[in-house]
Order: sequence, then C-alpha cells, then structure tokens
Amino acid sequence: MKDLKVNGPLNSRSSWIGPWTLLKKELLRFWRVSFQTVAAPVITALLYLLIFSHVLDKHVQVYDGVAYTEFLIPGLIMMSVLQNAFANSSSSLIQSKVMGNIVFVLLTPLTHLQFFMAFLIAAIIRGLVVGLCIYLVAMWFVDLTVANPWMIVAFGLLGSALLGTFGIIAGIWADRFDQMAAFQNFIIMPLSFLSGVFYSIHSLPPFWQQVSHLNPFFYMIDGFRYGFFGKGDVSPLLSLLIVGASFVVLALITLKMLKSGYKLRS
Amino acid sequence: MNHPAIHINGVHKSFGALHALNGIDLTIEQGEFFALLGPNGAGKSTLINILAGLIAPTTGSISVMGFDVQKQYQQARQLLGVVPQELVFDPFFNVREMLRFQAGYFGLGRENDTWVDEVLEGLGLADKAHTNMRKLSGGMKRRALIAQALAHKPPVIVLDEPTAGVDVELRQMLWEFIKKLNCDGHTIILTTHYLEEAETLCSRVGMMKQGKIVALDTTANLLNKFSGKHLRLTLGDVSLPNDVERLVRHVENGIYTFALTDMIQIEFVLASLRASGIKVIDMQLNEADLEDVFLSLVGNENADYQLASQAL
Repeated sequence: MKDLKVNGPLNSRSSWIGPWTLLKKELLRFWRVSFQTVAAPVITALLYLLIFSHVLDKHVQVYDGVAYTEFLIPGLIMMSVLQNAFANSSSSLIQSKVMGNIVFVLLTPLTHLQFFMAFLIAAIIRGLVVGLCIYLVAMWFVDLTVANPWMIVAFGLLGSALLGTFGIIAGIWADRFDQMAAFQNFIIMPLSFLSGVFYSIHSLPPFWQQVSHLNPFFYMIDGFRYGFFGKGDVSPLLSLLIVGASFVVLALITLKMLKSGYKLRS
Repeated sequence: MNHPAIHINGVHKSFGALHALNGIDLTIEQGEFFALLGPNGAGKSTLINILAGLIAPTTGSISVMGFDVQKQYQQARQLLGVVPQELVFDPFFNVREMLRFQAGYFGLGRENDTWVDEVLEGLGLADKAHTNMRKLSGGMKRRALIAQALAHKPPVIVLDEPTAGVDVELRQMLWEFIKKLNCDGHTIILTTHYLEEAETLCSRVGMMKQGKIVALDTTANLLNKFSGKHLRLTLGDVSLPNDVERLVRHVENGIYTFALTDMIQIEFVLASLRASGIKVIDMQLNEADLEDVFLSLVGNENADYQLASQAL
C-alpha cells in the first residue's frame, strides 16, 4: 500500500472556505433564477404601488406633508425585503430536503454556526437586493426623502436577518412543500399585510391597534419607514429593540435545532 | 500512531421498538478494500449513516482514523467520502461547479482543481463537466454522485450500493478507478448487492443480518470455510427422490442447483436420478462463490441477492 498524502486538517484559511462556499452556492442558487427570485417580487411590489397610489393618493394622507404614495413605498420595500429573505432560506432548505441533496452539506465538516451564517447572509442579501431594486424603480414615481439612513440600514439588515432566520426554522421543520406553503399563506402573508404597510395603525380601532403591537412585522415596517420620514407610530428605538430581541431569540432557537440535528440528522 | 481507518465499538441503534443495530464491533485497517454485505434491512445503511454523521448511535462509538464521528466530527468528516445510495443531485449547477462546491465545503480552493480533473477523467465525466446536473442521464448522475464524494480526496471512501441500476460499462470504469484509488492508499468500504463484485474486489468481507455481523473474515477464508461445488442440472418439471432433494439449494425454471461438499456426491446424485427415471437435459459444475457463503449465513430468502448476482 502506498503512503497516501491526505489533505491536512482545517486551518484558519481553509476553515473560512467552507462557509464561504456554502454562501456562494446559496447566492448563485437564487441568482440563477433571478427572474423568479428578484424580478417577480419587484413587479408585484410595483403593481401594489400603482394600484394603491392611483386609488388612494388623493383621498388618504397618513402623515402631514407626506403623500400616500410616498408613505406606501417604504412599507412595500420592507414587506418585500422580509418576504424574500424568508423565501430564500426556506425554499432552499425545503428543496434540498425534498430532493435529498441536503446530504452534500450534511456530510461536510461545516459547523452548525457556519451553516446558519451562510443561509442567513444569503437570505439577507436576497432581501436587500429585492428591496434595493424596488427602491430604484420607485424613484421614477416619487422623490423619496431620507431622514435617517442608519435606521433604514439597521431595520433592513435586522428585518431580513429575522425573516431569513425564520425561513431556516421553517425549512428545517417542514417536510413537504404544502407545509411550507402554510407558513407563507398563514403566517408570513397575514403578518405582513396587517403590519401597517398600507396604513398607519392609528387609523385602526383601539382593539386592533393593540393587536398590531403584537405583530413583529409592524415594528420592522414602522422603524424602516421612520428612516425615510423621521416619524412613525411608535419609537424607532423600541422597534429596534423588539426586532433585535426577536432576531436573537429566533437565532438561538435555530442554532439549537441545527446543533441537535433536528429533522436533518435523524 | 497508525489508527485504523474505521473503528466501530459496540454500536447499537434503535428506532422506537425497532433495533436496527445490535452491538456492532468492527475494525477496518487503512488501505483495505472491505465489503459490507447483508440483505435489505440488515442495518448496513444505518451503520453507514452513523459513520457519516447523518444519524447518531443509541450507544457505542465510531472513529475515522482515530477521530470520533460525534465528538470530533469535523476531523472525521474531513477524512471521509461517502457516496449516498439514493441518486440525488442539485439541479441548479453543472458537474464542475458541484465538485468545486463540494471540495470548498471541505476547505479546498482552486488548488484542488487538478484532483477534480483527475476524478472527472477517471469516471468518464470530463466531457460532461459543464453540463447541468439535471440534464445528465441516470448513469452519468451516478458518476457525478461518486465524483462528489471524492472531490476532497478523502483517504476513507464509503460506497453505498454505487452500482445499483448502472450499466456494465460504468461498473467496469468505476471499479478500475476505485481499484486505482485503493492501490494509491485509499481505504474503500463497499456495500453492494452484486456479490461477484465483492468477491472480485474486496480483500475482506463482513456480513450483516438483523443488525449484527454474522461473518467477518478475508474473502479467501470465507470461501474456504464454505468450500464446495454447485451442480446445476436441467431436469424439467420432475419430482426428486428424497435423498437428492436435501442437497437442492435453488430451483428455477426446471434448473436445479445442488450444493455439494464432495465430488463423490456428483455420482450419487446422477445415480439416484437415473434410478428414479429422471433424465438429465443439461449439466454444469461450478465452484462455490460468495453467494453460497452469503446464503449459508444469511439464509436463502434473499431473492434480491440471487437476482442481482445472476444479472451480472
């Protein structure tokens, strides 16, 4: 038997190549089908913008000095960021599980933290790319002011991270596409539509205002909108705290699921 | 210290009330070409999945070249390449991209491309390197699956039914390449339904039944222990005399296979048939093979193995 030259153990450089490769694969995965993963949500958001602004722009004013179309755009951007961050991690995982190719990742020395970070960052990037595209196209219609760019960045990053993490949980938990559709249809869609994208919660009856405060999507959209207009329904710092805390809780749950191999390593 | 390639120590695995593995102890030395055989449900895939870190054992431990697959999983997986049984692929990428990704997960960059090219060449995939995975035929997908397991040049390679449903050409190409890897020092662990493959390729064989290893020895020793001959007689639809019937191992379409331990028994069988007025239409005498050993140890109810062996 010959003396086999074995690749050495992971060093500081090679230990980064693994998670970077997984991130690159996840980015390429959605970019290869960008017509579906980027162009389609941008078109959907623009249709919302055209229809709602055409019908309501002359009749509704939520904030003083802010036209309804201007009010609507940040909400639509953030809703799309959140939905696409969720879609990226959840659809990648459920497809890999159903097709069985998740095994290619599970057989590798990648740690549960590296696995989490790669899926998380890919979800954040897709969410932000979609959001940026909607922003750039919306600029044709309205000249949006930016009151606090750091709030926009903070809520964009934290919101997409939160939903990307939730997508990982959904992708791990779901065994079938219909279970994943249930997440989309019964959790993500209602929470995003009832979060104040199209209205201020101050226009709701007191009971529904209280209910809206239990919806984490409300804080993400309100905080993101604060970055544009410098005003919101609640304090942006409170929103930041709630969104940040929600992300930490979901991230810890996800890491625990990944470490235990829940539904991935039976 | 030269650790064994694989060391399995008292592994049990239960799925609820089902005991898939009942105390497996096995050591495979570096450089071996080892066959793990057993009927469906014997526990081979469960054992491989524990080795690969895809499931955890209920009790017991497995190490790869001295690294525990649970506690030191990063080092253990770095040394291990597993070809899964199911024909799975990622439809978004082409063959070369998949191999680069797979090597990348193990911390290898472009410096590994020479090895990737060697694997593509060795498995006859070079001209398909830029073809999307979903456009490959079944046989080509199987080759790509094997290539992915080899992408990081693992010293220990586990092939779980690598030739299931593939044509003769691929089988021969695959075994030539795997034999070369074994000659280069890679340890090969093979599960297969094709017992002739195991007999030809593997220096040592472990046979599993109901979650236990029921035989473990060199291929030569196993064949010697169960030495004997097979007498295949084409007799048609007949009723055999009792003293001859006890020697029958297998019957199919009027062809009777008798397991003989001594050449003298040939004359005994023929004389008994002649006395009963049974005419021999055709006759064939074969050496005992691994299938006989397998059937002796595991029972002859495993039609899969017989059919697979005959299909070769």
